[in-house]
Amino acid sequence: MASSALTPATPSITPVSLKEIAPWAVFVGLLLLALLYFVGAEQGATSLIAGENVHEWVHDGRHLLGFPCH
Amino acid sequence: MTSVPVRALLVRGMLAGLGAGLLALAVAYLLGEPHVDAAIAFEAAHEHGHGGGTEPVSRAVQSTAGLATAVLVYGVALGGLAALAFCVALGRVGRFGPRATAALVAGGALLALYVVPFLKYPANPPSVGDPDTIDRRTALYFLMILLSVLLCVGAAVLGRLLVTRLGVWHTTVAAGAALLVAVGLAYAFLPPVDEVPDDFPADVLWRFRLAALAVQGALWAGFGLLFGELAERLLVPRAVRSRPATAP
Repeated sequence: MASSALTPATPSITPVSLKEIAPWAVFVGLLLLALLYFVGAEQGATSLIAGENVHEWVHDGRHLLGFPCH
Repeated sequence: MTSVPVRALLVRGMLAGLGAGLLALAVAYLLGEPHVDAAIAFEAAHEHGHGGGTEPVSRAVQSTAGLATAVLVYGVALGGLAALAFCVALGRVGRFGPRATAALVAGGALLALYVVPFLKYPANPPSVGDPDTIDRRTALYFLMILLSVLLCVGAAVLGRLLVTRLGVWHTTVAAGAALLVAVGLAYAFLPPVDEVPDDFPADVLWRFRLAALAVQGALWAGFGLLFGELAERLLVPRAVRSRPATAP
């Protein structure tokens, strides 16, 4: 019984193989980076969509999240 | 070998990012918005803003729905990316369980993605920053983030190489010192950006920047704790988790 106190609560963890992570990192990772781009930089230095509605909509967030803004 | 589901961790990361985003949104609205308003009042008084006229999105929408969209999308996106980083870090950064690994990843993300770039190019309220230099400022800011992430990952890799020879304590000191020197060099070589108008109230600037830091602190603390809990439940079997509580 005393030995159970010495047993670590979490057994040693097998690392996730990088091969398994790679496809997720590439496809979902790029998608998430694109989301960050639209929140942080679209219609600032570069514009994929014409106008300034995206910029104006996320304006306060851009300032408070630390992105350069106009 | 039991394969850990990357997809399940990714989904949990994005959910935890959403939850943390809600916390960060509350901080941004309560602590940040008053200073945004103060800065816009300064801008209006000095008449060199967007050229005045009709704003496509009203201030009332910008400070509520607009702010919420930005912070929540930011939270979900970074939550997913941090979950991917967690998948890589798990079992590779030392003898840490899922919860502690999640806390380390969140702390590392706060440092690498925000604090290190912030110390060189801090967040600015409206009316600070010349619209004509937005290209240069954007390029420098993203370059600083990229450098910061590379240097922080580099320090972690260096630590892994040194740990068998130096032990955990001295490795942490050595890798930390190497990171500090490298970041200092980056700060020294990148050009400064100083576009604060002469008569802009210093107090508003300082409080706005503290609020911006608090937003990130809330986001990553919330993410680390929430995601750690979800990952622990996913990866550690219930019997093992409850053992310490029931053992005599």
